[in-house]
Amino acid sequence: MKKFLIPLVLFGVLVLFLAVGLKRDPHEIPSPLINKAAPDFSLQTLTGTAPFSPQDLKGKVWMLNVWATWCVSCREEHPVLVAFSKQIGVPIVGLSYKEIQPQDDPEKKLSTEALLKLARSRGSVWLERHGNPYTLSVMDLDGRVGIDYGVYGVPETYIIDKNGVIRYKQIGPVTPQTLSETIIPIIKGLENS
Amino acid sequence: MIAELGQFALILALIVAFIQFALPMAGSLTKQHAWQYLGRPTAWLQCALVATAYACLLTGFLSDDFSITYVADHSNHLLPTPYKFAAVWGGHEGSLMLWVLFLAIWTSLVAYFSKSLPIGIISRVLSVLGFISVGFLLFILFTSNPFLRSLPAPLDGHDLNPLLQDPGLVIHPPMLYMGYVGMSVAFAFAIAALITGRLDSAWSRWSRPWTVIAWSFLTLGIGLGSWWAYYELGWGGWWFWDPVENASLMPWLVSTALIHSLMVTEKRGGFKAWTVLLAIAAFSLSLLGTFLVRSGVLTSVHAFASDPTRGVFVLCFLAVVVGSSLTLFAWRAPQVTLGGSMGLLSRETFLLLNSVLLSVATAAVLLGTLYPLVIDALNLGKLSVGPPYFNLVFAPLMVPLLFILIPGTVAKWRSASLPDMVNHLKWIAIFSVVLGACLPFLLGEWSIGAFIGWTLGLWVGLGTLQHIFERALKPGRIGGSFWGMQFAHLGLAIVVMGVTGVKSFEVEKDVKMSVGDEVTIAPYVFKLNDITEVTGPNYKAFQAQIDVVKSGEIIEQLKPEKRRYLSSAMPMTEAAISTNLWRDLYVSLGDPLPGDLHQWSMRVYYKPFVPWLWVGVLIMVLGGVLAAFDRRYRRVSSSGPLQTAAQAVSSLNAQAPSLKDQFFSDQVGNSAHNLSTVQDQNPDITSEHNSSLNENSSPNLNSSGAH
Repeated sequence: MKKFLIPLVLFGVLVLFLAVGLKRDPHEIPSPLINKAAPDFSLQTLTGTAPFSPQDLKGKVWMLNVWATWCVSCREEHPVLVAFSKQIGVPIVGLSYKEIQPQDDPEKKLSTEALLKLARSRGSVWLERHGNPYTLSVMDLDGRVGIDYGVYGVPETYIIDKNGVIRYKQIGPVTPQTLSETIIPIIKGLENS
Repeated sequence: MIAELGQFALILALIVAFIQFALPMAGSLTKQHAWQYLGRPTAWLQCALVATAYACLLTGFLSDDFSITYVADHSNHLLPTPYKFAAVWGGHEGSLMLWVLFLAIWTSLVAYFSKSLPIGIISRVLSVLGFISVGFLLFILFTSNPFLRSLPAPLDGHDLNPLLQDPGLVIHPPMLYMGYVGMSVAFAFAIAALITGRLDSAWSRWSRPWTVIAWSFLTLGIGLGSWWAYYELGWGGWWFWDPVENASLMPWLVSTALIHSLMVTEKRGGFKAWTVLLAIAAFSLSLLGTFLVRSGVLTSVHAFASDPTRGVFVLCFLAVVVGSSLTLFAWRAPQVTLGGSMGLLSRETFLLLNSVLLSVATAAVLLGTLYPLVIDALNLGKLSVGPPYFNLVFAPLMVPLLFILIPGTVAKWRSASLPDMVNHLKWIAIFSVVLGACLPFLLGEWSIGAFIGWTLGLWVGLGTLQHIFERALKPGRIGGSFWGMQFAHLGLAIVVMGVTGVKSFEVEKDVKMSVGDEVTIAPYVFKLNDITEVTGPNYKAFQAQIDVVKSGEIIEQLKPEKRRYLSSAMPMTEAAISTNLWRDLYVSLGDPLPGDLHQWSMRVYYKPFVPWLWVGVLIMVLGGVLAAFDRRYRRVSSSGPLQTAAQAVSSLNAQAPSLKDQFFSDQVGNSAHNLSTVQDQNPDITSEHNSSLNENSSPNLNSSGAH
């Protein structure tokens, strides 16, 4: 009798796992950079002030938000970030990621300066229209810094602690829910440590 | 208006399906004959209503009614008409409509072709099918309604996903769904038999043709999917061990085991509990496949729809259907009698091994598919299981399976003689090994994998041919199920040789080319003549013109394309393939290299034996069709269930010739065994007699097969 119950038991276990699995997002990928030092860089800013490097924010908890004007989800995320930036005092650095896409310059005629100029004007217009949550924004035109940070898709958000260590990475848009449930508690914890 | 009509038809179908589920079952449990007879008319009515709803949705597509959200999401006024038909199942809601339509069609066919079955059985079978239909109709109406409107209507639709705009994909999902849904028939028969408490050879005889037809559809569906991936995705692969592919492979493996196990149950009364479990498993895995695809619990290239609420619904439905059937199984199966005795070396042993190997293979695929989910659920991290795992566990299971195939077809029921079998098979064994060892040298490089693959392919192929040849020399009509089995095995042999050939000897070159450049895969030279812009009905494309030159002569012009579909701006790679019986030459156009518009990345493949995969699959399907339409299924069903002992005796005479057919069609008619023919036949007839009596006289599980 007992052996005929085996299929039922196995199936029960399977359903249990499927039920738990339903609540998970298979697209959520943990970053290998968590708890590692944030890769260093020095990049031109959107407004043309002195180049920014993560070293400049040593001793502070800050956030790095990857964005682009061509990114549809960024538009969805943006109001959340704008509201958040007014509410909490941590610096948010924007990383304008590959603003100029290949189709914008199909014949590769533009010089690096011209590209930077185009990207700056586009980015500024966009931030003016949608609000600017960023303390400052840096221009990652060729996406090299993005590679260092393991950018998987835009938008992405990183929390970096006082010692310059990445403590959290969010792939995809920040929502009010992730803000209140995850990001704000992490930031508070880091600031108090 | 038409959408509302469709929705109304769907709601009516739900009500009718509920009646089809509830009343015949209640009637069969309370012996209310009138209620039991409601099964057939409700099945037909339900089918008509579902077909009406489906037709309404189709009309929405054909008339470009973009006020229907689903149409707007999956069609476009520029979409060519044939693809508008296919677009109906291009998304989640529509593919469920197709599921339900096929279920209704299968149900109606069962209702139609089961006139001779006892009403007690057929009312339960239709009731189980009605229950499945209720589940899916609820699912459609509550979570995935294709008839929802969005007003104001958009001017134009988003267009069908360009990946799906392809003839291969027009027929792939329907075939696969026919297979998935077809498994519900074997399942319903199994459940009906479990409820009745009669798991006898009659039950397995009724289930077999349905299972074989469903298996044929599933085989064709998987083959078409593989073919489509091969030429449409442009990466030259034909099987990726993607979760959704695995979801279709698992029911296939289990139904293959089921077909073989049903044979033992029908002929020898053995493996009854196991066969029922396989029937339940085949359909459960089809449902699981639907769950995996529709819930988005796993990442897959088939990321059509992922919506947790839908996932919860399918999971609950899965739990109810499979949970209750396995409970029923645990309750009833212990009462099942064992079949006739079997020797250590007998056809039963080989068929048991076949079942075990196929089930273990299914479990291995299931484990690999769900492992990432399990690890994640246990908070042990994120990982993915790739082809290396599947190749590592799957191939070692297929090797013994292919090896035992031939002895299994040669061995006699009950007890076989080893010296006889060795004697019978030694020449093809020697020939397969020798040729298997030599062929890799002739075709390229020797490797152990190529040697094993070719040897097994030849072993199965030659063994089957020997079997056909020997049978053809004997007198008597050869039944469809004999041909069915041989064709299916022959097809399998061809697939095995194809897989081995392409895995061992394919050549891939990743190159950058400008106009005028050449790339060589001996003996072929691929010369890029030009790259031009072309315009299709709903896309623009870059098209490369490539001459394939062999020993100084142009043998083919290939025109791979890189398409941009107007509505989605999604780039698509259209590979160009030159094919003959022995190899494919496959070119796919990549992107222009950065910095230089005249240089393009290009992939060139030489893929030997790929066409054998598709040919082999088609032959397997042909085998399935031949087996399903064997005359004896029709004859047995027309002789009908037996109401009285007197009828049983009279029909015994009618069945005797068909039993003889059965014997000849499934056994190697070796002249040395003719004597045992007569001996074997008699107990079978007696057992048939017993089972016929049991069908009506005793409600318990005691049935045929024991001698």
